[in-house]
Amino acid sequence: MLDALESEAIAIFREAAAAFRSPVLLYSIGKDSSVLLHVALKAFAPAPLPFPILHIDTGWKFREMITFRDRIASTLGLELIVGQNEAAIAEGVNPFTHGAQEHTRLLKTLPLRNTLDKGGFDAAIGGARRDEERSRAKERIFSLREEGHRWEPRNQRPELWRSPNTKLVEGQTMRVFPLSDWTEIDIWRYIRREKIEIVDLYFARRRPVVEKDGALLMVDDDRMPIAKGDVIQTKSVRFRTLGCYPLTAAIESTASTLDELIAEMEQTKLSERAGRLIDGSRSESMETKKQEGYF
Amino acid sequence: MSVLLRVVACGSVDDGKSTLIGRLLVETDSVPLDTLEQAKFSREAGSTIPLGEIDYSLLTDGLQAEREQGITIDVAYRQFELPSGKRVIVADAPGHEQYTRNMAVAASRSDLAILLIDAARGVSKQTHRHLTVCALMGVKDVVFAINKLDVLGYDKDAFDRIVDQATVTANRMGVERITAVPVSALNGVNVTARSSQTPWYLGPTVLEALVAFEPVTANVETRLPVQMVLRTEQSRVYAGTLVSGAVHLDDEIMVASSGAKSRVIKIHTPQGIAENAYAGTAIGLELKDQVDVTRGDLLTPVKYPAKPADRFAADVVWLGESPLVHGRSYLLISGPLQVPATILTLRHKLDVETGAHEAARVLHMNDVGAVELATDRPVALDPYDLSRDTGGFVLVDRLTADTVAAGMVKHAMRRSFNVVPHIYQIDRGARAQQKAQKAKVIWLTGLPGSGKSTIANEAERKLHSLGLHTYVLDGDNLRTGLNKDLGFTPEDRAENVRRVGEVARLLFDAGLIVLVALVSPFRADREKVRTLFEPGDFVEIYVSTPVEVCQQRDPKGLYKKAAAGSLPNLTGVGQGYEEPSAPELVLRGDGDLSDEADQLVRAVLGEP
Repeated sequence: MLDALESEAIAIFREAAAAFRSPVLLYSIGKDSSVLLHVALKAFAPAPLPFPILHIDTGWKFREMITFRDRIASTLGLELIVGQNEAAIAEGVNPFTHGAQEHTRLLKTLPLRNTLDKGGFDAAIGGARRDEERSRAKERIFSLREEGHRWEPRNQRPELWRSPNTKLVEGQTMRVFPLSDWTEIDIWRYIRREKIEIVDLYFARRRPVVEKDGALLMVDDDRMPIAKGDVIQTKSVRFRTLGCYPLTAAIESTASTLDELIAEMEQTKLSERAGRLIDGSRSESMETKKQEGYF
Repeated sequence: MSVLLRVVACGSVDDGKSTLIGRLLVETDSVPLDTLEQAKFSREAGSTIPLGEIDYSLLTDGLQAEREQGITIDVAYRQFELPSGKRVIVADAPGHEQYTRNMAVAASRSDLAILLIDAARGVSKQTHRHLTVCALMGVKDVVFAINKLDVLGYDKDAFDRIVDQATVTANRMGVERITAVPVSALNGVNVTARSSQTPWYLGPTVLEALVAFEPVTANVETRLPVQMVLRTEQSRVYAGTLVSGAVHLDDEIMVASSGAKSRVIKIHTPQGIAENAYAGTAIGLELKDQVDVTRGDLLTPVKYPAKPADRFAADVVWLGESPLVHGRSYLLISGPLQVPATILTLRHKLDVETGAHEAARVLHMNDVGAVELATDRPVALDPYDLSRDTGGFVLVDRLTADTVAAGMVKHAMRRSFNVVPHIYQIDRGARAQQKAQKAKVIWLTGLPGSGKSTIANEAERKLHSLGLHTYVLDGDNLRTGLNKDLGFTPEDRAENVRRVGEVARLLFDAGLIVLVALVSPFRADREKVRTLFEPGDFVEIYVSTPVEVCQQRDPKGLYKKAAAGSLPNLTGVGQGYEEPSAPELVLRGDGDLSDEADQLVRAVLGEP
């Protein structure tokens, strides 16, 4: 199973590298990105990775993620581009007072678009999967973006066989998703099989958390506002997905190794995005964000 | 055994498809709890399903835009796992209008189809359509889910009747293996669990039919389409996915385009260096010799080469908003291969509901047709029946970059290599000289009733009396014979002008002075004819007559018919006329036509 998915993903990477003028790999430091990068390195071995990797840093990521990112990039000798909306960061945009949606728009979507434009990248390769969310089930592997990175669900190209249409006209760009057919459990099993290093936040450790609206949030630095009634507790928690720490809920768990984690995962019946606070407001929010140019 | 089973689900919302797929997902434990809760306790406007029960459409209808409009836009992919650990990917292609298009896309990679038939409606036109597209796209295994059998009280006879009918149709369409299951998706009968409602049924449930499926592997030779060449200081690695067959160390291989041969000295696989690699694996090969291999080349065993050709017969499903245009150059993409290609002829259109072949000159979106096409250079494509990956292709509009067609190669046309024009010793010059004249084509274009035929008749009379050899090709007369199969749509008019142009050329080659009297309303069609001749040999004459005069004359009563509404495509009324931009001569058709004929004769004789 994993071999089949791996070969499919490698073929997609090679097609993107050969067909586009200037591709870039979108690296978000999470487990999917770690798998994406691992498969990319295999796709072009024995030659080096033929494109840079890009991280959009909101300034609100877990500190451990940034340390991990820099270490991986330097160990593997990768060209790392970090994109940021410096103006918005200087203005102090944050998820607490601006809300999750504004935060995402200003600190993620906008700098992603700007960095892609500035770098002249015509294809951005990302780790999105079709099982993540129901609007993703219709996502193409080669997903066309019109001028301004707009995703037009009605104007997507039919995909047949292994013959993607990679031609672009002025203003169009492509998003490419080599892991489209993978599921969350595939990702974890692959990480185990290939011994891929991932950020330690995925494993259960005793961490300082506060409970807000029923969600456990980790106090990663002193920017987290602690209200009067809030109690900082130390609990054994792990994260199922990683993003900005104020928007990523932890789950209580004792799974401190990969085997324990996969065992727990095979039991769990909640969807992955249940821990992502940005998706909660409306079930269509992912689709709306994508139309704005979000990944 | 393959670990991935790709399934296309055929049927409309009314057939209960969402419910069937939703049930397969839920009952194989593939839906997260919170998503399931949502499907139980949130409702879209208009839903009639009681709160607390699962609204399966909420699990399968994807996009906000389409839920708001109550339509489904496109193919969705969903997965579940079989108890064996085998993964099933369901390609769900809903929609009514664009059904053929979406289904072709969904079926293109599928091993198996689940085809829903509403028991109350039985085998319908839609069933035919589904089976035709399945067979066309190479899906030879079908599971019929005869749904809503609860409505018929789980009647065995009704089920048998539908199965008999469906089986006959399926076999006729080219579907080879069939399983039929009596189902009520709504009540969960025989979807994943057997039911006491159908004690007479001993066959598999829908899920069991998927579990039992074993692909019939065609005996295919090894094919490696090269995606890219990976270069290091020490090596060149030809990277691509082995779409069929196997590669072993020291195999002798061949580059299809050049015929160059070499041996495999190293095999890179995702698991590292290996001695063998098998179909479906993304590999890289190092070769013993320096051979020229580029992206899009095909590597094959020397023993079983792929022969490049530049003409192919193929089936196409038209996907584009704008119709197929004869003679236009598209970009053909098959895997990593990209080559400009021109559609030479449309042999016929397929009626997807009856399987009948129809004469056609144009394909619109959702149409299926058989074509002949020519590639700009010889390329190695296999028959689609043998290999989907090296026999399937898409056509891309080179201006808009839209994907406009999906194609399946039937066979390469060796004929193209055999047709070499024979050079005859008596040529046009010799024939004309014998007649003591210079051959010419005089092309009269203008509105119906403008006076073309009258002028041509008068001019031929005068030329004849001068001892010159002439012939008149009259549009209306030709439509009683050579062109009687053509109508008056722009496509048919284009074909009409093309045929008359070719006949004019034959007569011209015979050394004759050819007068053509033909409305030929479209500039592009006339320009195409002009390219058949050397400059000076083709004389375009515009017979310019005000439309009011033509209407008043109306020698054939056409304008009257148009006014009565029985002739919608009449040039100058229902269809436009494009005046020549640079005709050799303009004649006025509203005066004395005899004077105009004299002018024409002078032009033929080369007099001022």
